[in-house]
Amino acid sequence: MTRARQVHRRAVGSALALSVPAMILLLLIFAVPLLRLLALSIEGGSLAAYEKALGSELYVQVFLGTFKIATLVTLLTLAMGYPVAYLMATSGRAWQFLGIAFVLLPFWTSILVRTYAWMVLLGRNGVINRTLVSWGVIDTPLPLLNNEAAVLIGMVHVLLPYMILPIFSAVRKVDPTLVLAAEGLGASRLQAFLRVTLPLTMNGVVAGITLVFTLSLGFFITPALLGGGRVVMIANLIEEQVRELLNWAFAGALSTILLVLTLAAFWGISRLARTRPA
Amino acid sequence: MKGVDLRIDSVAKHYGPVVALGGVSLTVAAGEFLTILGPSGSGKTTLLKVIAGFEYPDAGHIVVGGADITDVSPAKRNVGMVFQNYALFPHMTVARNVGFPLQMRGVPKPELRDRVFRALALVELQGYEERLPAQLSGGQQQRVALARAVVFDPTLLLLDEPFGALDRKLRESMQLEVRRLQRRLGLTTVFITHDQEEALVLSDRIAVMDGGVVRQVGTPDEVYERPADDFVAAFIGESNLLAGQVAGPDRVLLDGGASVTVTDLDGGKGRVRLLVRPEKMVIGPATNSFSGTVVEAVYLGQAHKLRVRAAGGIELLVRGDRPMEAGEEVTVGFAPQDAHVLRGSA
Amino acid sequence: MRRLRVSRLLLAGFAAVVYAFLLLPLLIVFPISFSSAQYLQFPPPGWSLQWYERYVDSPNWLEPTWLSLKVAVATMVLSLLVGVPLAFGLTRARFWGRDAFEKLTAAPIIVPTIVTSIALYGLFAQLRLIGAWYGIALAHTVLALPFVIVLVVAGLRDFDLNQELAARGLGASRWQAVWHVTLPQIRPSLVSAAFLAFISSFDELVVAMFLGGANMTLPKKMFDNIRMEIDPTIAAISSLQIVLVCALLALATRFGRGAGMTDR
Repeated sequence: MTRARQVHRRAVGSALALSVPAMILLLLIFAVPLLRLLALSIEGGSLAAYEKALGSELYVQVFLGTFKIATLVTLLTLAMGYPVAYLMATSGRAWQFLGIAFVLLPFWTSILVRTYAWMVLLGRNGVINRTLVSWGVIDTPLPLLNNEAAVLIGMVHVLLPYMILPIFSAVRKVDPTLVLAAEGLGASRLQAFLRVTLPLTMNGVVAGITLVFTLSLGFFITPALLGGGRVVMIANLIEEQVRELLNWAFAGALSTILLVLTLAAFWGISRLARTRPA
Repeated sequence: MKGVDLRIDSVAKHYGPVVALGGVSLTVAAGEFLTILGPSGSGKTTLLKVIAGFEYPDAGHIVVGGADITDVSPAKRNVGMVFQNYALFPHMTVARNVGFPLQMRGVPKPELRDRVFRALALVELQGYEERLPAQLSGGQQQRVALARAVVFDPTLLLLDEPFGALDRKLRESMQLEVRRLQRRLGLTTVFITHDQEEALVLSDRIAVMDGGVVRQVGTPDEVYERPADDFVAAFIGESNLLAGQVAGPDRVLLDGGASVTVTDLDGGKGRVRLLVRPEKMVIGPATNSFSGTVVEAVYLGQAHKLRVRAAGGIELLVRGDRPMEAGEEVTVGFAPQDAHVLRGSA
Repeated sequence: MRRLRVSRLLLAGFAAVVYAFLLLPLLIVFPISFSSAQYLQFPPPGWSLQWYERYVDSPNWLEPTWLSLKVAVATMVLSLLVGVPLAFGLTRARFWGRDAFEKLTAAPIIVPTIVTSIALYGLFAQLRLIGAWYGIALAHTVLALPFVIVLVVAGLRDFDLNQELAARGLGASRWQAVWHVTLPQIRPSLVSAAFLAFISSFDELVVAMFLGGANMTLPKKMFDNIRMEIDPTIAAISSLQIVLVCALLALATRFGRGAGMTDR
């Protein structure tokens, strides 16, 4: 064996050796338990849990509701996020730094803290109701909390940075001279944006949509606190089955379904994006 | 100190189906400055990496000062190298960069500081010890890289296209400085470049590489005046290559129909190509004359370059000392001893 | 700059509204945390430090805080110890299945946390690890690993490999080259990765809820408290957390900047 071969082998060997601890960790504390959970859901070869989950109107409503909320959150974050990301990426350095800080600060703040803040704002005796009453705009407090709108607001707040950041980096990569070139060739500002900037930033948009949608599907804290028990998403259903009813087989089936839906969404969005005509 | 000799013995290297080095053999004498000249993709960088130990050859040997180092790790080769982009460590000061090889060799602090100081003095960068590489100009960065490559008394100095990033003026002064430093330290040096002018100016000898093999090794004079083949002739300097058939002991019948006298035939027969450098061409009648029309005239500052179209489809590059206009009728020619004969297939 | 146009102004106005939406909820907790009222009231009738005192004086709050800190530090250390070598393994050699494995390391982000949590609950219950702080740290490490790997892999891909070759040629061993040349140059990535691992563990609720048993982490204690009553103690803790995040971000920016890589 030549020295060149030996050296190549050794490089591959040490790369594998460096990867081993992480591989073991991911295998033992991630892959194996997940597979066990999936196995639990078909305990004794019975698909009863799946029949229950997919056959009952009640649970199907939860699945559909989860999808609806995820879709709305994705659309809202996109509508709010793209203009902000675009403005940030095309601003001067100081403004850009400030913009990033404004996005990162909530991004790094605990979801619990942020959800609590919304409860303080939206509650019956919360900041908004108190203010409106004291200004005489309304007589009785509005029911702002414990409904789907509150959950949507909370989720958009949590997930907006996940939409802004990938689009921001995509817009920043667009060579500004391309836009100038398009304008120089007779395109209006809007046309230049639609024909040049938007197509070139689609990868950022797709990344943002993928992140926000898949993360939305698994949301637990926000609906639990801002929905007041009236908004139940799949994750809340699973938690209830395990903690209150100790129904592991059913929780396993629900988890499997949630996992499959999430992976399907993840795969489906990136696939749709790839087949999109240029 | 004195450098030692380097022997490269039938070194071969391939990446998958791509042959990077097809059995290269070269010797570099102690203290010699050898340039490996070739276009990109010629295998010259791979050869340098093999000498440095960053790549191991599939076959062949590297022998330095009589010791076979083919299998020695780069850290133990004691070879100083200046990278194309200098590869200065951006997070270390100049002093720490230059001191790095000494630190790795466990040189005690006071001695280390002393040797770093002397190396920086050698490249005239005293007082820059605490700067970071990003705070230096391109030329200064290069001096630091040079100091770092020689501070540990290496047996060999390898230079990988170190002047590519510098502007013309700076490049010329750095070339002279590198050459002076190399002579002073007596370092055996292998220098890689694709710039033929640089190779001609700097080298004791030049090895011209193409397609993973060495086409010719020789002094700058030899490779310029007597190139071994068409590739070398075309790669180094500008040239007129005239194809023809030997028609007598000192006569060649060119393909265009003209007949010329040359002195370099040595009794050979068959098809040949004649190489005449543009600066050997004369304007006016000569032993071998061609009359034609100027198709292009370019002013070069110290000379005028003409492209002349003569009868039989022959185009000649001529370096003249007076301005001419495109379209002018002219007679050009060359002396028999100024044509170099190339044999073998083109 | 070219003419400041109406569309740009409209865009800026829209962005201002979005920034307000993002930031106002964070700002609102500060005045409430200093309220002198006995329950949630806005605007506060007067100012006091009572809610901070209640937090600092109560073992019910401090013990979960220490537990969360311990878990977060362990997660940070462990995920770097495991993730940095993996990032080297993924970037330094091609081996069969490498790309697939690299994609797989991102899986803990995609799989919903609730699913991971109950899967681990099943395993840890059998191993009697429920309630053990290192059990939570192990699980948090798995969740933090994708972030660490993405950041460090990106750092290593940007790193000029010639730097390491140069160090080797100058006499450094493989490890010396990595230690003296590579790691200092990817320090920004390492600092961001450490910060992310720490904060993601410190804030994590769902895994801790399942694996913590009777042991309360700070997020779990906060969650239970928020569910029971809206108590301004939470506002005080939230304010402290926001300040902590700002401080950590400032530290990460300060120490994460690569030496010598001055931006121009």
